[in-house]
This record gives sequence, C-alpha cells and structure tokens, in this order.
Amino acid sequence: MSTATPTAPQRRSATAAASNYIDERTSLSVFVKELGRKAFPDHWSFLLGEVALFSFVVVLITGTFLTFFFQASMAEVEYDGSYVPLKGVEMSVAMASTLDISFDIRGGLFVRQMHHWGALLFVAAIGLHMLRVFFTGAFRKPRELNWVIGFTMFILAMGEGFTGYSLPDDLLSGNGLRIIDGMIKGIPLIGTWTSFLLFGGEFPGTAIVGRLYSLHILLLPALLVALVAVHLLFVVVHKHTHYAAPGRTQQNAVGPPILPIYAAKAGGFFFIVFGVLALIASMFTINPIWNYGPYDPSPVSAGTQPDWYIGFADGALRLIPPGWEFVWLDRTWSFNILVPLIALGLFILLVVSYPFIEAFVTGDKREHHIADRPRNAPTRTAIGAAGVTFYAGLWAAASSDILATHFRLTMEGVIHALQAVVLIGPFIAYFIAKRVCLALQKKDREIVLHGYESGRIVKLPGGEFIEVHQPLDEYDRWKLVSYETNQPLMLRPNDRGKITVAQKIRAGMSRWFFEDRIAPVTKGELEASHHSSQH
Amino acid sequence: MAQDDHSGAELAAADSSHAANVPAVKTGTALIQADAFENPGFPPHRPRVTDEDPKKERRAQRTVYTLFYLSILGSVWAIAAYMLFPIESNDVGAVRLNNMFIGLGATLALLGIGFGAVHWAKALMEDVELADERHKIGGNEVARAGAVKVFQDADRESGFTRRSVIRNSLIGALVVFPLPAIVLFRGWAPQDEHPVELLSHTMWQKGTRLALDPSGAPIKAADVTIGSAFHVIPEGLNDLEHGRLEQKAKAAVLLMRLNPEDLNENVNRTSWSYNGIVAYSKICTHVGCPVALYEQHTHHLLCPCHQSQFDVADHCKVIFGPAKRPLPQLPIAVDDEGYLIAQSDFTEPVGPSFWERH
Repeated sequence: MSTATPTAPQRRSATAAASNYIDERTSLSVFVKELGRKAFPDHWSFLLGEVALFSFVVVLITGTFLTFFFQASMAEVEYDGSYVPLKGVEMSVAMASTLDISFDIRGGLFVRQMHHWGALLFVAAIGLHMLRVFFTGAFRKPRELNWVIGFTMFILAMGEGFTGYSLPDDLLSGNGLRIIDGMIKGIPLIGTWTSFLLFGGEFPGTAIVGRLYSLHILLLPALLVALVAVHLLFVVVHKHTHYAAPGRTQQNAVGPPILPIYAAKAGGFFFIVFGVLALIASMFTINPIWNYGPYDPSPVSAGTQPDWYIGFADGALRLIPPGWEFVWLDRTWSFNILVPLIALGLFILLVVSYPFIEAFVTGDKREHHIADRPRNAPTRTAIGAAGVTFYAGLWAAASSDILATHFRLTMEGVIHALQAVVLIGPFIAYFIAKRVCLALQKKDREIVLHGYESGRIVKLPGGEFIEVHQPLDEYDRWKLVSYETNQPLMLRPNDRGKITVAQKIRAGMSRWFFEDRIAPVTKGELEASHHSSQH
Repeated sequence: MAQDDHSGAELAAADSSHAANVPAVKTGTALIQADAFENPGFPPHRPRVTDEDPKKERRAQRTVYTLFYLSILGSVWAIAAYMLFPIESNDVGAVRLNNMFIGLGATLALLGIGFGAVHWAKALMEDVELADERHKIGGNEVARAGAVKVFQDADRESGFTRRSVIRNSLIGALVVFPLPAIVLFRGWAPQDEHPVELLSHTMWQKGTRLALDPSGAPIKAADVTIGSAFHVIPEGLNDLEHGRLEQKAKAAVLLMRLNPEDLNENVNRTSWSYNGIVAYSKICTHVGCPVALYEQHTHHLLCPCHQSQFDVADHCKVIFGPAKRPLPQLPIAVDDEGYLIAQSDFTEPVGPSFWERH
C-alpha cells in the first residue's frame, strides 16, 4: 500500500493541477520555495519606501486612465465644454481636453485629482524614505549602489512631476515653463539654442506640450519602472536591514515571513495608500486650472506657487541678491541663474556621493546590515540636519511672497531672513544636532549604568528620600549598548614610508567625524558601577 | 567618561557581530571593544490577546470580514454614484457631487480591503518570526574564479586582446555610430530661424498703435489719466494667424502715466515718453515672467514670480530682487488722431538674459 508508484492515479485538486501546469513550464516552484518564506524585517520607518512604491503604482494606474482622454496638442480651439465661464475662450486642445476630463467625464476629475495628489505623495515619500536611509546609515556597504539608484529615481520623479504639471497648458504651468525657459537661456554657451530646440522655436511655440507628454508617459515612466525593479532586486539580494534588537545580528534578517504575514501587511498597505489618495482626491481640489485659464504670456496672478518639490529650485532663484549679472567678453553671464543652478547641482552631488564619502572616511570594508540609531552616528546625523535645513530654507523661499503677506512682513525682510537661514542655518543645525545626539548617547549610558527611574520614592532610615532606579533587563540593555564607535585615523606611513595626501585628507575628515564620541557601556563598566553603588 | 579608554591599538577584527565577513575585511576606523556586551538572543515570545482570549479572537475575525464586506459595499456605492450623480451640463455643483460620491465609494472599497488585510495579518495570522541567515554578498572564490575563466576563454577564443586592430576599430565604430542620431535632433527646432535674431526683435515698429490687452482696442493718450496703468499689446496682434503667443511673449507692454514731476528721466530719453505716459516691457529681465503688479503710490513694479522690483520713475531700474537689468523702455509718441504709437521697436532685446546678448 505504501509503495505508491509515481504512475498511481491520484485525485488532485484543480489548484494543484494548475500549479503543476505552470511549474512544469516556468519552474516557478523554485522561486516560491526560495522567496516565499523569506524573513522580512518590520518597522514603521520601512513603510516610507512602500508608500513611495505604492503611490507610484497608483499614479501609473490613474495616469493610464487619463491618457485615454488627454490630447497633447497645442492647436488652438474655442472651448465649448460644460464649464460656463470659459465658454468661447481660445485655448489649446491640451487645456480643453483637461477641462473635459474635469467637467464632462464622470469620475474624470476624481482620477485626475488622485493622479496629481499621488504624484505629490510619490515625491514626498521618496524624500522621506531617503532621509530614513540616510539617518540610519542604511546606505553603507553593500547598499551604496542602491542609494544611487534611489537618488536617480528621486530626480526622475521630480522630472515626472514637472512634465505632468506642464501638460494642461494652463496659465500657471505656462508661467512655470517660461521660468524654465528663462533659466535655460541664462546658461552660458548652449542656453539660447537649448531653449530654441526644446520649444521648437520661440517660446512658447506649439511643440512643448507634445514633447513633454512623450517624456511624461513614455521615457520617464519606463526608466522609473526599470529602476524600481533593480532597486527591489537589490533589496532581495541584500536582504532588508533591521534595527539592533536582541537576537538580531549582522548575519541574520529577522522578521515575519513574506507568505503570509508580510504579503498580507504590504498588500493591505497598498490598498490603504490607494484609499487615502482616493479620500483626498474626493474631498480636496488640486490644481483647479479652470480658475487660472489658458496660457497667455501677459497675465499672471500674485502668490503663484509651484508644486512642492520644485519649491527648493524656485526658492534658490529668489534668494539671489540684485545685480548678479555681467557682460564680459561681449557675452552675458547670468550668475543670478548660474549660482542657483550650480549650488543645487553641488548639493545633489553631495547627497548622491555621501555613502562613498563616509566609506572613504571610515575605511570600513565590512557589510553593515544593522541600521544605526541616528544618535549613534552624531556627525552623520548633524550633516543630515544641516542638509535638511539648507533644503528647507530654499523651500520656504519659494513662498517668500506668501510669508510676507500672511505674516505682514516686508518682502525684503523675508528674503534677507531666508538668505541667512540658507547660509548660516546649516551650521547652527549641525551644531545643535550633534550636541543633541551626544547628549542622548550620554543619557543611554546613564540608563545602562544606573537603570531607569522607576518613579518609586523611598525614604531611607536617615530621613533621606531617594528614587529607586530599576536596572534594565538584558534585552532592553542590548538596544542601548549594541553599537560601534569610530576613532580618528592615526596617520601612519605606508609601506614605502610615505604619508600620502589622501591619507592626510582621510585623517583630517575622520577627526572631524569621530573626535567627539561616546562609547557604549562595556561589561566591565557596568560591573564597576554596580560595585561603586554598593559601597 | 570612559569612551577614550580603548583608543590606541586597533584591535583585530574579532568582532563577533561581523563574523560573516572574513577576518581579512578591513574594519577601518571602527573601534571594536573587547569587553562589549554579547547579544542576549531572542527574547521569549509574547502571545497577543487574540492568542489567549478566544472572545477577542472571534471579535478580530468579525472585524476583518466586516471590513471586507464594507469594501464590497463601497465598490457598489461607487458604481451607483456614477449613475445617480450625473454631470449636468453647465452645473459645477454636479461635478462636485459626482467627484465626491464616486470618490468616497472608492475610498471605502480600498480602505476596507487595506485595513482588513492588515488587521488579519496583525491580529489573527500566527505571529511567526523567522531568522534568515545572511550570506556575504560577493560571490565566493570558486564563482569568481569561474567568472574570470569565462572571460579568459572568451578573450582567447575571440582574440579580443590579441587582435587589437580589430578591437580598436570596433570601439571607434561604436563611438561614432550614435552621432547621426544626435544630429537628427537638430530637427527639434526650425532650420531657417536663428534664435538670437528672433530674440532681438519684437512686433513693435514705428507707428504701431498701442492697444489694450486683451481686446486689442487702440489707446488714446487722452484716456490715460495720471496714476493709471494699462496692459498693452501691439495693435494687430490678435489678428495674427500664426505666432500670436510667441509675439505676445515678447511684445507685452505696461503703460503707466505718472505725474511728470515724479519722472526722473534720462536726458536722452525725454522724448520717449508723452506727458508723463511711459511704456515698458512687461517681460521680466530675470527669467521672463510678466511683471504684472503695479503699486501706484510708490510707482514700483513687482514681478510675482521671484519678487524683482522695478522703479518706473527711474527707468524701471531694479531696486530689489534677482533681476539685474531695467525693463526695456518702448519709445512712444502720439499720432494725428491722438492715439499712442510706438516710435520704434525696443532698442534692446526684451525678457530674460541670454548668452549672446550684449
């Protein structure tokens, strides 16, 4: 009976039969066996990347719907749709079809708003995800390349946002394009011709919406989808980082299995992101182009704002003091445009190269799979705080006029204050963040050595009141002591008896990074503190 | 503090928590403490309330399926809303209702699934936690040696290194072949137009009447009262078959009449104004936004995009903001019928700076 031969007929369920059919043609069972029970570390901060991924999916779905109705043409038509105030107004087909999506197609406005809100969330979530990765040091070996890929996607996402924003050819987006045109023209040597080629002749021309549409629905999404795939592939190859906790080490990845818990949670979370975007889109208007009207180079309304992610670039333009433009060698040098472009270029270059800079400074070639608590890397955290302040100052500057009118300040005062924020603010933020990190580390040491405050007040026989400190158990303690510090590099001659310039730079930078440091409590120190408290 | 007690000798990479990396891996500046605490291992598993209390478990189960049923209800609602709230022509309110009720139905449909699935996972699925072993990311020695051998074999069989003339000519061909594709992109702009030429001229010429934007009606000098400001286009702009917006993007003008005593005019430009009426390009010299905000009592113009401010009384000199150059002035006069006309085109390119401008 037990010698059932392979040929013995068995009743198989339809699912089993289908699985078998597919497996024999795809070898899918190997993947399921390999991936299905992978442990996936869990933490709220890991959701930020998921928000980015899921909002991208929502934007793809809603965007596909919109392409069936939108017409990327700048041919002039007389509007004859449902929106009465614009009836008879000359506008481009792009604008008219966007109005039709909003006013003549049931649910069209809902999908359009979900698309726009989703795009805003997409860029925001990438930004927050990058901050999480930065502050926890999750960019360290072996994940440096994935940082670069993620960074590239951030830039592409902003490109997607801007191209999409410009498609309706309304007054606001047209002015945005005019600003881009003005910036391009200010670039030495190639600026004038670049603008001419981009717009197919003089601004605004009749080509730009169609060209941006090709970028928006074909080139940029294709790049993004490809990079998302590589990004996630790397997550599988590297396995996700996890935070220090009892039982978690550099050699394991601890978490619920992909099937069923992670799949249910992440799958459910996709629907939550989708649902929240649907809720926002059904309740809150975004980009009411019908209020702005079609593009016309002459009118403009006060208090215009770009979408949030372009704010830092627009703000950078506003903060330049008067007079930064010269004629030299019979050519115009527009430093009022070049300086913002170069400053932002250097800033994003610093962001993308940070993992390599830190790796150079530490010289650490090990793999790191345990994410740092930000306080345990004070200099990195301080650098991040400085960068955030720099960005925030530029971003606020994009609303300088609104700040001035809302708070009844002078336009000049707001600009000067924000110039100070951008130039001095990063240094202040750096200093404060570093001190706060070191103070928090000291507090951690204090808690490990002397226990936490139990809230229990005891009166001693001598009349003295003390608060009883409760020692930590070994699991809580592990979270506070399981980190590494670095020490500044000691300059030593190499094999040929020389001290190279690179070594000197590295030594100087490591001094900057690691001179101030608080080491974790060791076993000996804890023992010593117990002894001293007994006497 | 004790944090410096351990500086000095760099300890060998004995850090047990990095054992996956062979000892040869450099630890760099990392300070590895010999006396560090050891990982205590996994803490004891703590059951959830739904594991211990069957009542709570049943309640969680009810919550989950209720959420899924609510989702179905939301989907049905959204479909019903599509039909029940049509968009009546010419009624913005109907659009709002259509948007909101379809949207809320979809929201319920999506959030029901989302919260249901997450709650199922968190409250009812066994809270299994697995520990996967990590392996060094780089391939092992055997794999690397294998890869090296593949390339060596391929090189030997193809002669890629040996036949350097073939190789180099191939590299050359590969470098050159995309160039025609790049040249094709010249087609992005018209062949017979030159940008510097176009940027240097506008539609204004001697005798063109100043007309109201957007109606196109010519303006009589007598109608311009002191303190007023007009948005101006060249007469005939609206009749252009082609290039109306391109011309308007260069030719838009602001016309203001100031008290002649307030005008601080340059000697060689006194003939460019008429009775305190002055005309300036509306296109910002920073990046080209329309400088549309005029403050009458200070006679300042403000660009709403980047807040450059220009003083109309002083030939639109920049008094604040990132712009450098004053707004170009359009010389104006009055014709026989009393209409304002241009004496000529602008005497310099309008709008944002560009490389070839001087």
